[in-house]
Order: sequence, then C-alpha cells, then structure tokens
Amino acid sequence: MTNAIRSWVKALSGSGRLGLVLVVFWLLIASIGPFLAPYDPGAFVAHDVFAGFTGAHPLGSDYLGRDVLSRLLSGARYSVGLALAAALLASLAGITLALLTAVSPRWLDEGISRFMDTLISIPSKIFSLVLVAVVGSSLPLLLLVASITYMPGSFRIARSLAVNLAQMDYVQVARCRGEGAAYIAIREILPNMIHPMLADFGLRFVFIVLLLSGLSFLGLGVQPPDADLGSLVRENISGLGEAAPAILMPAIAIATLTVGVNLLIDALTGRGRRMAGKE
Amino acid sequence: MAGPATRGLLATALPLIGKRVASGLLTLLLVSMVVFFIAQLLPGDMAQELLGQAATADAVAALREKFGLDRPAPERYLRWLVGMVTGDPGYSLVANMAVSDVIAARLPNSLLLAALSALVSVPVALTIGILSAMHRDARLDRGLNVATLSMVALPEFLVATLAVLVFSVQLRWLPSIALIPADASPWLVLRSLAMPILTLSVIVIAQMARMTRAAIIQQLSQPYVEMALLKGIKPARVVLTHVLPNAIGPIVNAMALSLSYLLGGAIIVETIFNYPGLASLMVNAVTSRDMPLLQACAMIFCTAYLLLVLIADTVAILANPRLRNR
Amino acid sequence: MNNHVEVRGLCVKAGTTTIVEDVGFSIPRGEVLALIGESGSGKTTIAMALMGYARLGCRIAGGSVRVGDTDVLSLDEDGLAALRGDRVSYIAQSAAASFNPSRRIMDQVVEPAVNHGRLDRKAAEAKAVTLFRSLALPNPESIGERYPHQLSGGQLQRLMAAMALITGPELVILDEPTTALDVTTQIEVLRAFKQAVRDQGATAVYVSHDLAVVAQMADAIVVLNKGRIRENGAAAQVLERPADEYTRTLMAAARPERAAVDAPKATAAPLLEIKGLNAAYGTTPILRDINLTIARGATLGVIGESGSGKSTLARVIAGMLPPSAGSIRFDGAGLPPSLSMRSREQFRRIQLVFQNADTALNPAHCVGEIIGRPLAFYHGLKGAAATRRVAELLDLIKLPASLAERPCGGLSGGQKQRINLARALAAKPDLIMCDEVTSALDTVVGAAILDLLADLKRELGLAYLFISHDIGTVRAIADDIMVLYAGTQVETGRRQGYHGVARHPYTDLLIGSVPELRPGWLEEQGDRPAPPAIGQPKDGADLCRFLPRCSWRVGGTCEEFTPPRHRTPGGNIILCHRPEGASEGAS
Ligand SMILES: Nc1ncnc2c1ncn2[C@@H]1O[C@H](COP(=O)(O)OP(=O)(O)OP(=O)(O)O)[C@@H](O)[C@H]1O
Ligand code: SF4
Ligand SMILES: [Mg+2]
Repeated sequence: MTNAIRSWVKALSGSGRLGLVLVVFWLLIASIGPFLAPYDPGAFVAHDVFAGFTGAHPLGSDYLGRDVLSRLLSGARYSVGLALAAALLASLAGITLALLTAVSPRWLDEGISRFMDTLISIPSKIFSLVLVAVVGSSLPLLLLVASITYMPGSFRIARSLAVNLAQMDYVQVARCRGEGAAYIAIREILPNMIHPMLADFGLRFVFIVLLLSGLSFLGLGVQPPDADLGSLVRENISGLGEAAPAILMPAIAIATLTVGVNLLIDALTGRGRRMAGKE
Repeated sequence: MAGPATRGLLATALPLIGKRVASGLLTLLLVSMVVFFIAQLLPGDMAQELLGQAATADAVAALREKFGLDRPAPERYLRWLVGMVTGDPGYSLVANMAVSDVIAARLPNSLLLAALSALVSVPVALTIGILSAMHRDARLDRGLNVATLSMVALPEFLVATLAVLVFSVQLRWLPSIALIPADASPWLVLRSLAMPILTLSVIVIAQMARMTRAAIIQQLSQPYVEMALLKGIKPARVVLTHVLPNAIGPIVNAMALSLSYLLGGAIIVETIFNYPGLASLMVNAVTSRDMPLLQACAMIFCTAYLLLVLIADTVAILANPRLRNR
Repeated sequence: MNNHVEVRGLCVKAGTTTIVEDVGFSIPRGEVLALIGESGSGKTTIAMALMGYARLGCRIAGGSVRVGDTDVLSLDEDGLAALRGDRVSYIAQSAAASFNPSRRIMDQVVEPAVNHGRLDRKAAEAKAVTLFRSLALPNPESIGERYPHQLSGGQLQRLMAAMALITGPELVILDEPTTALDVTTQIEVLRAFKQAVRDQGATAVYVSHDLAVVAQMADAIVVLNKGRIRENGAAAQVLERPADEYTRTLMAAARPERAAVDAPKATAAPLLEIKGLNAAYGTTPILRDINLTIARGATLGVIGESGSGKSTLARVIAGMLPPSAGSIRFDGAGLPPSLSMRSREQFRRIQLVFQNADTALNPAHCVGEIIGRPLAFYHGLKGAAATRRVAELLDLIKLPASLAERPCGGLSGGQKQRINLARALAAKPDLIMCDEVTSALDTVVGAAILDLLADLKRELGLAYLFISHDIGTVRAIADDIMVLYAGTQVETGRRQGYHGVARHPYTDLLIGSVPELRPGWLEEQGDRPAPPAIGQPKDGADLCRFLPRCSWRVGGTCEEFTPPRHRTPGGNIILCHRPEGASEGAS
C-alpha cells in the first residue's frame, strides 16, 4: 500500500509534487486549522492594527488588531469546505444527469441538454450574482448557488463523455445482449468516465473557490461573523496602501490552494495522456 | 475561379450561419426566461420593498397596479421582454431613473476597458500559445505551462492588489483608482486604465494561451503534419501554413470565451479600482436588490456572450472547407 | 558505391526499448525493395529513418543511411529539410489523413517543388497536371481545385503519388499505400504506381504486410519480425523458396486453406430466413431487397466493399436498426424488428462479434467479468459455477484460465479477439454474426482465429453469418456466399458456384482484382476495358447500382430497366440483365 503510494508520487512531475504538497497542506489546515490557531480569531489581541510580521503575530494583525494567522486558519475551513461540498454536488448532479441523457429517449436528452446549454450561456459570475440577489447568502444557500452555477459545465463534459462512450462497440454489444438502460449506464459507461471526471471535479473545485472568495470579497458571500479567505481580503482592503500582510496573506493563501490543485490535476492528466500515447 | 468559389461559399455557408443565429436567438430567449423567473422567486415584491413594512395594504396595491405587478407572471414576462428588446428595460426604483439611463452611463466604460484589454491580451496570448505548442515538452513549453497554469488559478483580487502594491505604492507610477475626469486626455485615460487592463490581461492571457496551445497541439498530432515535415517543410512554416488554418476554429472559440470574461468577469477588477463599469453596477444592483437593473445587466452580459460565440462559430464555418463547400 | 541506397546497422529506440535493431540492406539504382512484416515489426520506422525522421518519442540510435552520396543520418535539420520531399519522397498509408483538410489539393501537390525551388508555381502546376494525367486521375485539369474531402480514397492515394513524384525524386518510399483501399481500387492504384515509378527511373522502397501485393511490385524483399531482419533476398527467391521459417509462416497465412468442413445441405427448416429486407439510416436507404437463409450449423459469408452495407445487415438482424420493409424469421418464428420488443431468449440465441476487439471489450472490466456477464444474464450462473464455466470457455478458445483475473487492456490483439468470441459463446447461441473479426489482425493471428471458428462450428454446431471484405477469408470458412454491392444483393450461392465463369460482373471484378502470390500477375491482368458507351440512365428508375462501373453493361437495357434475378449455370442467383453474367454467352 505505502509502496503503491510512493511509486504513484514518484511518477509525478516536479510541479505535480508541489501541487500535491499544497493540496494536502490545505486539506489538513481545513480540517484541523482551528485547533492550531494561537489566538481566538475574533479577539482583539494586537496592540497595533495592520501590523507587519512579528514573533507574536507571525502574519501580522488586521484592521481591528486581530491575529491574521488565527483568522486565516479558521477561515480556510469555509473556503475549502464549502467549495469541496459544492464541487462534489455539482459533479455528482452533472454526472447523474449526463448518464440519464445518454440512455434516455431522444426528446428527454434534447430537453435537458437545451436547458443546460441555456444555463451555460449565462456567464457563471453573472448567474451566481443573480442567484445571490434572490436567495441571499447564508452558508447553505451559498453552497447551493455555487453548485447550481457550475453544474451545467460539469453536465456538458460528462454528457459528451457519456455520449461518446455510448457509441463504443462494447456498449453496442451490451445493447444487443438485451441489457437494460440502468446496467448500461452504471456498469458499462460510468466506470470509463470516472478518471476524466475526477480531473473535471478538481477544476470545478478551483472555479468554486475563486467564485466564493470573489463573492465574499464583494461582500456578497460568507457573512460576518463567519469569514472565509475572501472575506479576510475584503475587510482589510484599507490596508492596501500600507502593504499590510493582513490583506496580502489571505489572497496568497487562496492562490496557493487553487494553483496547487491546478498543478496536481495537470500532472495527473498529463501523465494519463502520455501513458495513453505510449500504448 | 474566384467567382463560383465565392458564390459556393455564400450558398453553403449562409444556411449554416443562419442556423447558428437562430439557435443563438432561441438560447437568448430561454436565458431571458431563466433570468426573469429566477427574479420571481424573491419573496415580496418591488412595491413592498419600496414602501417598507409600515405601508398600508392599499398603498402597496396601488403601487403594484401602477407598475403592473398585479398582472400574472407570463404577462409581466412578455412586457418585460418587449421592453428589453425595444430598449426600455424598466425603471430602477433605487436609482430613481430609467434603467436604460443608468446603463447608458456605464456601458461605454465597460466596452472601453474590455476593448483595450483585448487589444493587449490577444496578441500576447497567441504568441505564447503558438510558441509553447511549437516547443512542445521542451523546457520553454514546460515553463510556460506551469506559469499559465498558475495564472488561471489566481484570484483576481490577488493580481489586482499585487499590481497596486508594486506600481502605485512602491513605484508610484500609476494611480490606484481608475477614476477618469470627463475632460481627460487620451494619455491620462490610458494611465488610469493601465492597472485594470494589466490585471484583466494577466487572467485572460493565461486562459487564451492554454487553449491556443491545446488547439495547435491537437492538430500537430495529425498525420498531415508529419507528411508536411516529410515534404521537407520547416517546422515553423508547417505551423503557419498548415496547422493554423485548421486550428483557427478552436482558437477563435477560446478568444470568444475569454473576451466575454472581459465584460462580465471584470466585476472584481472594477470594484477594486473603483471603475464605473457595468459589472460593478451589477454588484450594486445585487446589494440593493434592484431587480430591473440586475435583470437588464444580466441580459446584456448574456447577449454579449452569445454574440461572441456566434462570431466565433461564423469564423469557424468560414475557415473550414468541409463545412463551407461539400 | 554501386548501390544507390545503403543502410547499415540501423537502430531505432523508443525510450529504452529498441524497436529496430541492426537492420541493413542495399538497393541498386532503379530497383524496388519491399519491406514486409506484421504490424509492429518496425516497417514504417525503418522507412522513415531513410529520411532521417523519427516519430515523437523515438530516436535513431545508431547505424548509417546513405542515399546516393549523402550520409543522411549526419545531416543537420536544414540538410534534412532540403533532402526530404526533394530527393527522397514519401507516400503515406492513409492519404485521406495525410492531406491537409483545409487546403486545396493543388496547393499541396506543388508545395514540395516550389518549396525546394525546383520549379516556379506555374511550371509546377503544369507538371502536376501531367502527373495527374499519367496517374489516370479523372479531370486532370481541374481536380487540383478540390479539397481532400471531395475525393475518394483511391484518388487521394494517386494524388499523393503525384505529390511525391513532382520533384523527380531519386528515392520514393511507399508506406502501405494501398492498405486502406478496396481490392478493386487497389489494382488500379498499383498499376499507376508501378508505371509512374518506372517512368521516373526512381529507386523505391515499398512497405507492406501483403505478400501478394509485394510480389507485384518488388525486385527484392526484406522480411522483418520484431524489428529484426529475418530474410533478405530477390523477390522470386523469397516467394518461391523461402529460407526462413518465419517467412514460411507468413506465406502459409497469406493463402488461407479451407478451415471448415462443408455443412450439410440445408435441412427443411432454416435457422434464419430473411425476405425482402430493406433498411435505411434516417431517410438514406442502405439495404435493398435482401433475401437469405442460413441453415442450422451452416455459414453464410457476406462480402462487399467498404460501405456496401455489410455491417448494416448485421445490425438489422441484431435488432439495433429496425428494417424499413421485409421480414426476419428465426427458427420458424418472426423476430421483432427492434431491441425493445425482443425477449431475452431471442437475444441469447443471436450473438454479434465486432471487428475491433479493442473497442468491443470494456477496458474497465476484467476478462472474467466480460465472459461472466452473459452467463449471469442469460443463464443465471453465479459464484463458483460461473468461475468454472469461465475457465471452460477460456479453455475452449485456447487461452489459459489464469487470464480471467486480468484487465483486458494489456492483452494482444489475437487474445482480445478470442475473448470477444468467448463472450458470444457464453450465451450458448445458435447463430453468431462475425463482423470482420479477422480484419484488424495480422494474417498469422487471423488465420488462427479462422481455425478456431471452424473448430467451434464443428464441436458446437454453430451457424455463422461471416462478414468480410476479403474473398479469400470468406472462402476459407463459408458454405454459402452472398455478395453485396451498394446495398443490393448482386449474387448469392454455394461457395463452389463462385468458381464458375458465369458470375455477376461485380463478383467477377472483385475476384479478378485479388492479387495472386506470384510476380508478373499484375502485368497479365491487362488494362480493364472502359465500360461501353450507353445512353443517359433513365431518371427515377431503380437501375442496377453497378451500372457506372460495369464493363458488361448492355446498352438500351441496363440504363432503362430494373435488373431481374437469374440462376447461373453454376447454380448461383445473380441480379443482372445478362443471364450469363460476366461471360460471353448467347444472349
Ligand atoms: N449510423 C449511420 N448513420 C448513417 N449512415 C450510416 C451509418 N452507419 C453507416 N452508414 C452508411 O451506411 C452505408 C453502409 O455502411 P456499413 O457500415 O453497413 O458498410 P460496411 O459494408 O460494413 O463497410 P465497411 O467494410 O467499411 O465496414 C455506408 O454508406 C455508410 O456511410
Ligand atoms: S445489370 Fe447491366 S450494368 Fe448491371 S451488372 Fe448486369 S450487365 Fe452490368
Ligand atoms: Mg463494417
């Protein structure tokens, strides 16, 4: 087992390994971050607002004199957790609908596809803004907004995969054997979609992290007293002129998370492509 | 030769393009329904919102009647749609102005920013994309790959804050707020727009360059490329004369997607730099729940997106001999 | 220095694996050398190395290649670019993919001459038209204005030859140039190539897996296996007195012996009976008035060129495409037209085996799952009983039982095709439809599959509908043969009936186009006479679809009336206005 993991890691490119480290790091922070926080994230603990890097406050203090490191450690949970859940929801819904269309009658396929095409033509930020304006931005609703916004994209990719796979000879063989639609979708088509859809899931996660932190940055996302990484950037925007760590650090934190995921996915899919090419 | 070829082109390409236009219009219609009916989910309505909780039922009803809010939803949708098409998308109670006037003040700014950013980013992206495709898997390509890969994942506010820190806080070259006085000289306009343009470009260049590279590499693996090399044609020439004509379709498509981002996706950039564009207007509309304004903005962005996709499709049809003459 | 081309100790590597090892040969000026071998034997790799070219991921690791006075492998990039397409030119396997789809043919054909500064654009176009004419292309003046998608495979292959010859190269490399073509087209293209190369006085390297084709083209033959040379000698010697064991295997597989015993003459009740079957994709009609019967334990071979509707016929019988007219009866009862109306028992009794085992086996499943599914689905077999049965089936197709645990990704083409077959056998069917089951395989492997099919037929009493484009393969296995042309059934009869002379004109062309395994056959064929002149075909009439190509057509009849069915002296039924088909008779 450990050997398998070791050789798996070994096969990654340098940038892929960097991505892996970043991803693991952020997953850890998201799950145990709050316990590591040196201070209460809501407490005013520093003498100074917008302080620089000090021993007591490794990442400085924010506009109210709170400890930036502690706020970051507890904010990561929202950024990673919400986005993970939303991406999972979007991917699962997309895949399920795509499988349904691949084996359903023509009219249903066309109806669903047309509707998804419509949703895709609404740029994702615009769509989420409209949704937020209507439903508001409590945590569960944000989760819903993000997954609805990115579900059509996931559906489109899954559907094109599923439609291609449904043309494969082995699916035709199953049809001629008299298999039902459910067997064909779940046993013949789905297993061959998982790998590409995992990559797509990663990308969708990145998009959603960016979307949610963007919304929070605009004041439309996670609402106080909760704060995700985007909210941290927003509340400290007045420190920009002083180049305060309080504004830069959360922004850099988000970047390391999203860039890390991207690097890892690229290394994995690139490897898949190269291996396919060799055969 | 040019005569019949051109006529053939029009005769076969026009129906195809016509089909795309029709499908685009249908999509736009469906989009308008989605946008309209999502807004209907809002609890309470404009009249209630405007008059506040204390208002009497009669007053609310009177106002409802005035704005036609008492009519059934399909009828209101039709009225709204006709209004959108005829350039009268309603009245913004928050701004106390016609929505069209609010938008007219902002739209040119958005278009200016988008156009300038496109001017910067398209050539750069094409160059990067072609260069890395030609040096596939060489050090240059791998370097560019990691760079663009990281750039597409950067949050806009990080790019924007870094730009501010470097260019206006540290170097003091550029203003950090993109407010343009009415009588500004073109140079001043450029200077104040420099940082928003820079930020937007960083983000779309990476996207476009990656898609360009992918489109070209997909073609490079085709047998005709090997054949061209075996005919003794130099690699650079093969890319320019053989590969690009075939990769044009996907490349323009990538451009269309990225350019649509320059309009609607500029939300955060406009906010950070206090730029009076359409996207930040839309954010205000969300905060104040100004539905007529919000719906109008959303429709403008969707139309722009569909228009760009349509242009890309048309270019792809015209560039592909299999589509244009059978 | 008297040899024009000298190759010494050539070595090509992909990463750390060696794909071509220590290959050497020489070609005197003006001669044709053939490289022959199965897929993966390194033929194309060697051919490309002659131009100093290695595909992405491969590199030329050692040896020398001399063409004339030039040491090719010591040239730099510019030197190679100057050599390629000018002094040495290349004709690729698939012309359809090797032409740039978005540029006109003429632009591409003159490109080498203009690019290397041999001719200016005008002179190059004039030369191209001359070449088009000598390659017997239709409309030589205007064909260059077309785009690749507007031309047929055979035309593109000849246009590629024009592109290769336009600079007057001293060495021409032809890489399987006719493999993608139908036999009836292949013979014309071969003739054009041979003439053109001889006119130029060029030296040529001809790469092929087909011994009979090579026999027509080559002066000398190099036999390759796994990147090494097995035998190298004059064409006549290699073909008549092969010295190497491997060469002998190849020769044996190239002439398939009849693998099957003859089935008993049809008994009273046929297993499958099709009457007046028509089928269409959407509004495009494909099959027209198909009538056939297959007796229990008998084999019907279906032959026809690409696009003639062979696979469509199998799809209709399988229920994937409902027929637009006609009836299908199976074991005395009518078969419902579409999948959703058939019973599980009906599904079980007819199994379909696809051409390409790579795509017919789900890569996500292991061998045991693939073979086990029909067992569970039709026979409710589970657990140990299923495992035992899978092992039996693997034994039946002569594969080790240990394969059951393996995913099918890593298996060889032949192994995959056997598993493909085992899955059909697992259902215990009465009829198996085999769609080109040997076409994607090397001849040696394909011959083994044919033997296996014949054994199974004998042991299990199976009936087959055996689809192939290759008359030799069909003859080796079928009892009855049906010839399809453009969706019409032009001839049907006992296998023996095809030996006679009175055949349908298309059957005659088809059989006459298959090269024989001896030098000189191509020359003996002579030019096919142009079809006789006839009147304007009557509009709207359901005419013979072979009319435009038929050398036997009868003016005043064939372009006016629908052809009737006749019985030939050999006992076959043909669809033709001439009762005697393609033979002189008292008509
Ligand atoms: N799904 C489809 N939709 C429309 N037309 C089709 C479809 N499949 C095949 N055709 C057309 O039907 C005709 C017969 O095709 P079919 O696959 O039966 O030929 P075939 O004899 O099996 O050829 P090959 O030897 O190349 O396999 C061809 O003209 C083909 O283009
Ligand atoms: S019917 Fe006429 S054209 Fe057709 S095959 Fe017979 S002779 Fe030839
Ligand atoms: Mg077929």
